[in-house]
Order: sequence, then C-alpha cells, then structure tokens
Amino acid sequence: MSSSIFILLRQELLLSLLIFILLFIKIGKERSNESILNLINILLVVNLAAGIFGMSEGGIFNGMFTTNAFIVLEKNILNLAMLLISMQSYAWLKNHKQLAEFYLLLFTSLLGMFFMISSGNLLMFYLGLEMSTIPLAAAANFDLAKRKSSEAAMKLILSSAFSSGILLMGISFLYGTTGTLSFDVLTAYISNNPMQIFAFILVVSGFAFKISAVPFHLWTADVYQGSPVAVTAFLSVVSKAAVLFTFTSILYKVFTPIASVWYSVLVVLSIATILIGNLFALRQDNFKRFLAFSSIAQVGFILIGISGSSQAGSASLVYFVLIYVFSNLAAFGVVSLVSALAGKENISDFKGFYKTNPFLSWVLTIALFSLAGVPPTAGFFGKLFLMMAGAAKDNYGLIIFAALNMVVSFYYYLKVVKAIFMDENEAPIQKLNVPGITKLAMYICMAGIIITGLASLVYDYIYSLSIGI
Amino acid sequence: MNLSLLIILPLLTALLILLSKQLAQIRIIGLAGSLAQLGAAAWLLKLYMDQRAAGNTATYLFETNTVWFKALNINYHIGIDGIALAMILLTSLIVVAGILVSWTMEKLSKEYFFLLVLLSMGAYGFFISLDLFTLFFFLEVAVIPKFLLIGIWGSGRKENSAMKLALMLMAGSALVFVGLMGIYYNTHTFDMVEIGKMGISLGVQKFFFPFLFLGFGIFAALFPFHTWVPDGHASAPTAASMFLAGISMKLGGYGCLRMAALMPDAAHSYSWVIILLATIAIIYGAFATMMQTDLKYINAYSSISHCGFVILGIGMLNKTSINGAVIQMVSHGLMTALFFAAIGMIYSRTHTRMVAQLGGLLKVMPFISTVFVIAGLCSLGLPGFSGFVAEMTVFMGSWQNPDGVYRAATVISAASIVVTAVYILRATGKTIMGPISNEHALLNDANWNEKLAAGLLIIGILIIGLAPFLINQLIMPSTDFLMINIDKAITLK
Repeated sequence: MSSSIFILLRQELLLSLLIFILLFIKIGKERSNESILNLINILLVVNLAAGIFGMSEGGIFNGMFTTNAFIVLEKNILNLAMLLISMQSYAWLKNHKQLAEFYLLLFTSLLGMFFMISSGNLLMFYLGLEMSTIPLAAAANFDLAKRKSSEAAMKLILSSAFSSGILLMGISFLYGTTGTLSFDVLTAYISNNPMQIFAFILVVSGFAFKISAVPFHLWTADVYQGSPVAVTAFLSVVSKAAVLFTFTSILYKVFTPIASVWYSVLVVLSIATILIGNLFALRQDNFKRFLAFSSIAQVGFILIGISGSSQAGSASLVYFVLIYVFSNLAAFGVVSLVSALAGKENISDFKGFYKTNPFLSWVLTIALFSLAGVPPTAGFFGKLFLMMAGAAKDNYGLIIFAALNMVVSFYYYLKVVKAIFMDENEAPIQKLNVPGITKLAMYICMAGIIITGLASLVYDYIYSLSIGI
Repeated sequence: MNLSLLIILPLLTALLILLSKQLAQIRIIGLAGSLAQLGAAAWLLKLYMDQRAAGNTATYLFETNTVWFKALNINYHIGIDGIALAMILLTSLIVVAGILVSWTMEKLSKEYFFLLVLLSMGAYGFFISLDLFTLFFFLEVAVIPKFLLIGIWGSGRKENSAMKLALMLMAGSALVFVGLMGIYYNTHTFDMVEIGKMGISLGVQKFFFPFLFLGFGIFAALFPFHTWVPDGHASAPTAASMFLAGISMKLGGYGCLRMAALMPDAAHSYSWVIILLATIAIIYGAFATMMQTDLKYINAYSSISHCGFVILGIGMLNKTSINGAVIQMVSHGLMTALFFAAIGMIYSRTHTRMVAQLGGLLKVMPFISTVFVIAGLCSLGLPGFSGFVAEMTVFMGSWQNPDGVYRAATVISAASIVVTAVYILRATGKTIMGPISNEHALLNDANWNEKLAAGLLIIGILIIGLAPFLINQLIMPSTDFLMINIDKAITLK
C-alpha cells in the first residue's frame, strides 16, 4: 500500500520535491541566476520524464485522489508546458532578483492543478483550485516596478475570489441536495431537480470564470496585459488547460444525468465566447491583449468539442490542448523575448520584423497559423477534430457558426503576419540575440506543431485513453 | 507508380530550397524540382494510358489506401482517373513555366521559390485525393502561400488584395467543411469511393450540397463570390498570378465537379441555380472586362467569364458538357498562365500595365507580342487553339438539354464570345500595334527563360487545339464513370 501511494502520487511528490529544493537554494548561499535557471530547467526535464514512464491507476485517501493513464497524460502535458515556459523566460528571468520565488509560486500553482485534476471529491477539487489560483495572483505582480502588474494581480485575486464564491455556493447546494461530495456517489443523486440545476449553473459559472468564457471573461484582457509575459503564458495555457481538464471530467463523470442540460449551456457559452473573443481580438494592438482575446475565442471552440460528450469529445480536448501548448507558447515565447530585450509589446511594433529577425518571425508566424487552424500545422487538426466532435450532436447551426468564425479569427491572425512580413517600418525591432535554451524551446514547439498534427499516432494514443459518456 | 511521389517531390524541392544559400542554387533546385514533377506527371500519363490500353477498367488507377486517423476513420486514400491526371499535367506544366518566369526574382528569392513549390504541392495533393479529408487538407494548404506571395511580392494594393483573397478562400473552405461534416455524420466515412457506392440520402444531399458547391465555387470564382479574383490576380507577382489562375482556380472547378458526382440528386435539383450563376458570371465577366484599362485586370475579369464556362458545363450535367468543362479547365489554365506570363514580361520592361500607355510593342519585342496575341486568340476561342475546343464542347453539351431555360442560358453564354472578341482585340491592338512611345523604343525582347516558359505553355495549347482527340481519350472514360453516378439520379426521379 505504502509503495503504491508513492507511485500514484509520483508527479505530485516530484513537484513538491522541486519546491523544497528551491527553498533550500533560496536560503543557501548566493548563486548566479544563470546557474539556478539551468538547474531548474534540468529538474523540470527530469520531472517531465518521470511522469511519462510508468503507468498507474487507482485511488487513494478514500477516493479523494484518483489517477489513471488519461490523468497522467494530462499532467504530463502541463509539465511540458511548464518546462517550455521556463525555457522561454530565460532572457527575462536572467536579470530578475526574485527568481526563486517566481518559480516557487508557479510550481505551487501547478501542484494545486495536479490535485485538482486528480480530485475525486468536490472538496479536494476546491482545495486544488484555490491552491492553483492564489500563487498566480502573486506571480502576476512580478514585474515589480510596473504599476500595471500590481493592478493585474489585484484584478486576478478579486475576480477569482468572486468566482470561487460562486463555485462554493454551487457546491454547497449540491451537498445540501445530495448529502455527499464524492464524485462517485454524487452521480446517483443528480436529477432534473431545479435546485440541482441551479447548483449546476453556479458550478459552471465558477468554471467559466477560470477558463474566461464569455460572459465571465472581463478580467482576462487586463490581467494578461499587466502580468509579465511568462505569467500570462502560464495563465493562458497551463491554468486554462488544467481547469478545462477538470471541467470535462466533472461534466462527463458527475453530471451525466443532466447531460442535455449542460449540452445547451455549453452551446450558449461557446457561441458567446467565440463571438465576443473574435470581435474583441479584431481591434487589439497590444500583443498580450490580442492573445488574451484570441485565447478566449479558442476556449469557445474547445467548448464545442466538449459538448460532443463522446470519447472523441474528451480526446479532441486533450489533443487540442497539447497543440495549444505548442502553438500558444511559441507565440508567447517570441513576444516574451521581444518584450524582455526590446521592451516592445504592440503588434504595430512588429512591422518589418522579418527583415531583422527572420527566425523569430517564422516561429511566430507558424505559431499563429497553428492557432488559426491552417494546415499543415497541428492547429488545423486540433480545431477540426473539436468541431467534428461537436458535429456528432447533429447541431449543424453551431458548426456553421463556428466554421464562419474561424474565418474571422483567420483575419486577425493574418493581420499580425501582414505586419511582420509586409508592412514597412523605418525603425523595426533590432536584431535580437536569442538565448540558446529559448531557441531550443522554440524548436521543440515547432516540431510539436508539425508532428502532433501529421503523425496520427498522437491522436490515436490520446483517443485510446480518453473517456466519454 | 506511387502517387505520393507527386507530394514528395515538391516537398523535397521546398526543403532543399530552404537549405540552399545562393540565388543561383535556389533557381537551379527550383527548376530541377519542377522539371522532375513534369517528368513524373508525363511518366504517370504513359503508365495510365498503358493500363487503360491493357483493359484496366477500374474507376481509379494507382490507388493506395493507408489509415491516417484510425479513430475517426480518416484515410490517406489516393488514386487518379483521367480528369485528375489532366489536372496534374496542367499543374506540372504551369509550375515549370512559373519557375522559369520568376528566374530574375531577387527579393527574398528563397522564400519566394519555397512558397511557389509549396503551393504546387497543395495542388497535387488535392488532385490525387480520394478521401474528402485529405482533399480538404490540401485545399487549405494551398491558401497560405497565396496570401504570402501576393502580400510580400505583389504590387499595387497588395496587402488588401492578399487579405481579401485569403479571407474569401477561407470562407469557401469553411463552407466546404460544413458540407463535409454533413456527409461524414451521415455516412461515417470521408472516402469518396465508398460514399459514391453507398449513396447519400436525398434530404442530406439537398441540405449540404449548396455548402460544398458554393465553397468550391468561391475557389472557382463563382458569381457572386468572384470579387477576390480581380484584385488578387492583379496584385500578385507574375508567377503567382499564373499559379492562381492556372492552378488554384482549377481546384474549385475540380471540387465542384466531384461534388456534383458525389451528390447527383442534389446536383440535378439545383442545376438551374448553378446554370443561372454561371451564365451571370460569363456575361458579367465579359462586360466587366470591357471596362478595364489594366492588362492584368483584363485577364482577371476574363478569367471570371471563362471559369463561368466550367461551372456551366458542370451544371448542365451531361457527358459532353462535363467533358467540355474539364477541357475548359485545362485550356483556361494554360491560356491564362500564358497571358499572365506575357503581361509580366511586358510589365517588367515597360513598368506599366495600362493599355493606354502601351503601344507598338510588336516592333521592339516581337516574341513577347506574339505570345500575347496567341494567348488573346486562344482566349477568344479561335479554332486551332484550345479555347475553341473547350468552349465548343461545353456549348454542344449544353445544347443537348432541351429545357427552355437551359437553351436560353446556352444562347446567352455563347453570345459572350462576341464580347470577348471585342475586349481581346481591342487590348491586343492597342498594345501591340500602333505607334510606340519613345521610352519603350529601346527595350529588349524575351530572354531564354521567358521564351522557354511561353513555348511550353503554347505547346500545351496547340496540342489540345489541334488534336483534341488526345485529351478526350484521356478524360472520356473517366467522365463515363462520373456519368454512371449522375445518370443514376435521373432514373431514380
């Protein structure tokens, strides 16, 4: 029994170990930032590798914590994203004083997410959620000299406190009507009872806040803009992915009796999210705001995939998130580099970027194409499979709407490409010196964008593990 | 022969171009790659004809079917029939000509040739696909190179044109996607051959056919979705214009044809709409061309008119008209590529494309002027050139439909030829004949690469024009196969 706990919890334990190592580094003697960064990156690689090998399935703590191959895979994706973010923020963190604290916060948040994904009980879930959110608010404040950064942190903590409140209210209603918090038991007591549907709506609202689905998205743009790019990347990729994983498994496992209710809720949410995300993304000039709204629109597409509620639904979600990790992080990597080295964050600053930085331009362009869903990048397959999963419900109005909105999103991604390649600029961003480790991260992202799509075994593997109703 | 070679060759060429350093190296790799494609296409033709002569009556030859996404029943299923082969030959010819014409391109030449080759890969992949998913994949692969080619190397309002083109084509593929979803969830497969066998229920056909047909129609400049054509073609650099009009618009026509064969009932019940739109495109395109003063706009608008004939031929849904539509696709591809090449050659020397500022070019550049005249004559349908054969076949096929509306459409479309003659002769006369302005008096004639490119395309035009039985022999058996499906729908009614 004791050994199986170690195996089942190995990803969480490793991460806790990393946190302790960081603490010791912090209290130990002064070291150069470079050596700490290198050490952390190596540890993150080990962490990722340890997660990949060896499967485990089972539950501990009386079903509070469950894990299986699918959940391990989801955690591995998050680990990978963490590693990529760390590699790409090298240039920014190299001169940052509170380097160790920054990683401490992100790791703690990641640990919370792991517990949230593995939760088999609403209490555990809530605990994980809070553990993942609160450190992020502190991390958002990490551009210590900028007022905008503190503003972002304040907005994040207030809005997540608010959403947690709503979520807790939903949970307590559920507890009140069913008398249990355990997922396994809960399902049997859920029915079309109005009180439970109300509770369900509250829970969904809580989730919608975290994944910034419209109409709960208002905090997103400001927080993304104010936070340091690394935190923005973490928020928009890792944090969103973790909540989406949990959301899906709760929908598919706990709320199966009211599947028709949540289907219509998801459809409404996804339509609003795609529409608003797209319309606002059209007019943004700040790159981080732009990516914020585009990621809102992406969540709308993900919701369509989840609404398919089949094995293909959850498979396409995880598949898309994996692709999203590669493409969004490649885009954020370039933006982060430009922001750290040239201090520029606007799309209009990228005019003429190709003349001075061809490599970064291609990385950014391919990433944006993948986000837009253009073949042969993986984004094409990701988005298509999401929509295919959604189309299984024969709701063609929704598919027509989504397909046309892909065209709208295509416009704003192409606008950036146009700025990079076509627009003239007298003073383009100067030639940037890309640190080797960041370059490596970008190559990984590019390889991911190409391979994840074309090599069907990635999707087949995810599909073979995934669950449906 | 493994058809994947047609995808691997361009891919390899593109990768080699990326790795090469000097301009000369890039050019030679590009040319060698495109010649290899042409060689492969010609070899394929020989193998294909051999097989047919040996009595192989399978609908598609050289089929291979590999599982791609198993969970979703998506297969990499490729194979060709005569129609696809004709398109492949057309593509390979235009690619060689396009590479030759852009020999002197020096601005970001590596990226330029890379994108050109990538575009051709999309086209080959599209034509050999028998699985709707791969078809759609390659259709979209070809969009992005177009956007970049026009936006970076174009002229005039290039960014706007590039954006307009990319968005309209993406909207087209969005419509195609919706149609594909409809087919997929009613047949649980993307395989065109299987779907053809099992058929699609009438209600599904009627609902989703418009999406697919309009979607591909946007690529083929179907009225009223033709607006990307003039700006896109006019702003594009020469080779990109050739690719756009010669290859890319054919993706649309070919797609429309396949969809009509896949959903014959719907095609029959909507055929009056298709014919109406095609007739409008033909007439509107012709008259709009008369008003143009820019050579590239003249050719772009006339392309709308000519592609109208493709749609018209498909809409008439009989054997002769569909044959005509296919020949028209090949013919228009060659002719319009030649036209754009000639315009590009003139523009690179005179730095203007306005008819009013040109004149008397025959005196200083006899070769280019001759090419220009040949392209013009082919466009207005002079016997001996491919245009005549194609349009004639379409009209003969259309006339077989005894219905009054169909007759009227045929008559009206045929009348457009007069308008075509007016604008072609006017533009040619003004550009080639008459007094030459002093600035243009000392210009050179075509270089070797330009002569070679034009020569290749002219040979293609003449082969179809003088020996139409050759192309008929190639595509006839395949149209027969298509007609089996399409006629089945009539008998059901």
